[in-house]
Parts: sequence; C-alpha cells; structure tokens
Amino acid sequence: MNRYRKGTLTLEIILYAVAIVYLIPVYVLVVSAFKRPDDPTPQLVPTTHPTLANFTEAWTSANLGRAAISSIVVTVASVGLLVVTASLAAYPLARVTARWSRLAYATFVFGLLLPFQLALIPLYVTMRNLGLVGGVWSLVLLYAGVQMPLCIFLYTEFLRSVPRDYDEAAALDGANRLQAFWHVILPMVRPITGTVVILNAVAIWNDFYTPLLFLTGSGNATLPLAVYTFVSTYGAQWHLIFASLIMTSVPILIAFLAMQKAVFRGYSSGLKG
Amino acid sequence: MLPAAFFLFGSLLIPSVQGAVYAFTDWNGLSADFNWVGLENFRRMVQDDLAKQALFNTVAVTVVLVLLQNAAGLLLAVALNSKIKSRGLMRVVFFSPVVVTPVVVAALWRYMYYPDGPINTILGMVGLKSLQQEWLAEPNLARWAIVAVILWQFSGYLMVIYLAGLQNVPDELIESARLDGAGPVRVFRHITLPMLRPAATIGFLLVAISGLKIFDQVWIITRGGPGTSTHTLSTMLYQEAFVFGKFGYSTAIAVVLTLLALLFAVVQLRIANRRDYRR
Repeated sequence: MNRYRKGTLTLEIILYAVAIVYLIPVYVLVVSAFKRPDDPTPQLVPTTHPTLANFTEAWTSANLGRAAISSIVVTVASVGLLVVTASLAAYPLARVTARWSRLAYATFVFGLLLPFQLALIPLYVTMRNLGLVGGVWSLVLLYAGVQMPLCIFLYTEFLRSVPRDYDEAAALDGANRLQAFWHVILPMVRPITGTVVILNAVAIWNDFYTPLLFLTGSGNATLPLAVYTFVSTYGAQWHLIFASLIMTSVPILIAFLAMQKAVFRGYSSGLKG
Repeated sequence: MLPAAFFLFGSLLIPSVQGAVYAFTDWNGLSADFNWVGLENFRRMVQDDLAKQALFNTVAVTVVLVLLQNAAGLLLAVALNSKIKSRGLMRVVFFSPVVVTPVVVAALWRYMYYPDGPINTILGMVGLKSLQQEWLAEPNLARWAIVAVILWQFSGYLMVIYLAGLQNVPDELIESARLDGAGPVRVFRHITLPMLRPAATIGFLLVAISGLKIFDQVWIITRGGPGTSTHTLSTMLYQEAFVFGKFGYSTAIAVVLTLLALLFAVVQLRIANRRDYRR
C-alpha cells in the first residue's frame, strides 16, 4: 500500500503554495471591502479599523435586495419548469423505441450544439412585440427553451439505465398519468434531478448576457446585471464595488459548501452520459 | 412531451431559424419592413476589420483556452488524486470560483489589472518591477489578460471532470504495471492518459463551446478595447444589434458563430470516435 511518503509531502507543500497564489484576488477582495474610502493603510494590508459601512451603502445603492428577489424568482421558476417538462418528455423518449421517438430525441439533443446567440435577437424582437421585454417572465420563457436540450439529454440518458419493471408495476395499479408522474417518474429520476437542478440553477443564476438584453433599465435587474450596472456607474469606488461583489458571492459559496457532494457529482456527470 | 417541445421550438429552434433568415436582410430591428440583401451581410463581414478581429480573437482565445484549461485541470486532478491530506480542502479551493458569477469575478480582476492595482503592487514588492505593465492598455496583453481570468475561474471545472476520469482507472492495473517495472511516467503515459479519453472529449467540447460564446469577461474587463482589439463575435454582435441597430448584420455574425460551434463539435467528436476505433 502507498503510505504518506516524502514525495507526497513535497506535492502537498507545492499545492499549498499554488493555492496561496491562486487565492490572492480573494484576499484583495476581502481586505479592500472592509476599508473606509479614506483609509490610509496600503492597498494589500488589512486595516486596523474595519467598517461595515461599505456593505450597507452598496446594498442600497446597487439595489441588491430587489435584484436578489428577481434572481430567485427567475431561477426557481425556470428550474421548476425545466424539471417538470423535461422529465415528463424524457420518459417517452427513453421508453418508446419507435422511429418518431428517436427522431424527437435527436431534435432535442441537436439544440445542445446551437449557441443561443443565434436565437437571441429574433427572441428579443418577439418578446418586445409581445410587451414582455423588461419583465422577469421573458427570461423564464427563454431559459426554458435554451436549457431544455441539456435537461432532456440528462434525463433521457438516465432513464434508459432504469429497468422498466417500475413503470409497468405502476400502470398495472391503475395510476393515471399525473399520479404516475408524481409517484413513479419523479422518484425514479430523483438521483439525476439533483444534477439537473444544480447545473441549471448555476447557469441561470449567473447568466449576464440575457438579462443585459432583456432587463436593462427595467428595475427588474437580476444580480449579475445589478452588479454590472453598479460597477459601471460607481466606476472608481472600489470599496463599495467589492462589498457588492462579496454580498453576491457569499450566498452561492455557502450553498456550494452545503451541497458539495451533489455539486461535484453534477459537474462530473457528463462522464457517465 | 408537448410542453417541453413547446419551449424548445418556441424559445430556441424557431428563433434560431428566424435568426438565420434575418441574416439575409438589412433589418434594423424597429421598422416593419426590410429588404432582402442576399449575401451582402456576409460580404460586408469579409471587408469589416472589426469582424475579422473579432473572429480571430474568438478562435484564438477558444483554442488557447481548450489547451490550457484542460492542461491545468488535468494537472490539478493528478495532483489531488494522490495521497495528500489536504485533498478535500484543495478540491474546494480550486472549484469554488466555478460557481461564482462570472460578472463578479471579472469585476474583481479588472481591479487586479489596474496600473496601480494589486498585480503591479505585488510585482514591485517581490522585486520584479521590470514586469509591471499596463495590462489592459496593450491589445495583445489585454487579450491574454482576459484568458487568464477565465483560466483562473474555470480550470477547477476541468479538474473535477478529470478527477472523475481518474477514478475510473483501476488501481490493480497500475499496481501490476508497476510490478512489471514501469516507472510513474510510463504508467501515466501508457495507462492513465489513454483511460482519460472520455474525460478529455467532454473537457475539450465543454471549453470549446463556452469559449466561442465568451462575452461577460470581455464586456466587463475591456469592453472590447483598447480600441476594438479584444472584441469577440459575441460582444460584436451585441454591439451591432443593440448599440448600432443593425439587426440583420448582427444575426449574420450569429450565423458565423453557429457554424463555428458546429464545426468545432464535429471535428472533436470525429477525433474522439477515431480514437475509439483504434483501441
């Protein structure tokens, strides 16, 4: 068996050194966010008189509370819609072997290769004509389409590995479709639903391009757009900007640490697909 | 299946087709009517210096990112796949930035690159004053400064993919190779690397697809500057449509972007398949 050898110790020391250099930007971020604008301590030295004033001021000036609500609404609604519609659709795609089913699956998965930039401008025009630009629901509708191929792919590939016995048992018991979905399909796809939720939630929560197009100047900005607007209007007031950056990142990092296992599984799941 | 198909067609496939059609018009996005201009938008692109610059940047940045991000991810994964004690901690450290909003990371790095910002300060402190630069003022430097930010944020993603790949390499296989007298380098070269092919295929494809669409970091760190030297296809098409109102031209750029993405995917899947046959 391998034991903790000298080489391993060297490797460990090297990794610590790399990690320290790697974390310098995070150190700069934290050190600067607690300084008053007129604090005389040099750039990279922590202040002896830390303040929370930057945080309260950034919170109100950047409208982060409101942006957080927008982000939560958009993310929860989009991911919820995706989980329900994609798992329902994946079920026949995985079970039916007829030609139309294979063709439909190919159509869904083809979407994986389309950069959404192509669809974005026509979508913008359509949404504008429908009066949806500026509202958070335009984003929900859009994400439901753009993220659908990935969800269908993950669910279908997963369902193909689940034995059929389960669903037949449920059908024999006389479950209607809705019951079958709730009591059979959902529990069956639970292991992969974690992955679907995590990958989509992170992508949607962090997306900047779409809100920039659809929500600029609307008062409904999501967090990335709010931070961007704040950064471009408060140009050089870095102490405030840093406070806003910390406030937007800490919740995600806490969520990641709390669900570490599921997150790592989600991000490496492409390997089994 | 209908609701899913509704969203797929309504919000992705039909608008994509529309986009491909607009590419042959001179539509400005506002007026009700437009003219068919045939290949005019594409002809213009060939003569447009900005378009050429953006195309070059997009492809160059994508290729470099595909190579460096996979290399960095593989290195980290191999290092963490050893018997070190801080494995779990290091995995969290290097992966954490992956889940953070790119806008946030880009804003932080814009400050790092300031002429009197932390990078130059640190270089001065460790006696490397000669390396101090105006990182974002020189086109070539600015381009790779953006690449560095993406590497910093997303190499951890590749690390996780390669770690999962390494887990699929059976220990017994390595043990028996060692017993046969193979050194660690040969074991890695002839056993570990070939078994990482599925991970590499996914890693290459993931970075290529996201690299071709790169927008956030450019828009926040340089806004395409200095001059227009760091524009990518994504930032350019955004600007053409929403700053200059040239929707037709903008969708033509999107068509080029799409063709590039399909090309990259086909080439990579081909390479992956050929390797499979050889095995």
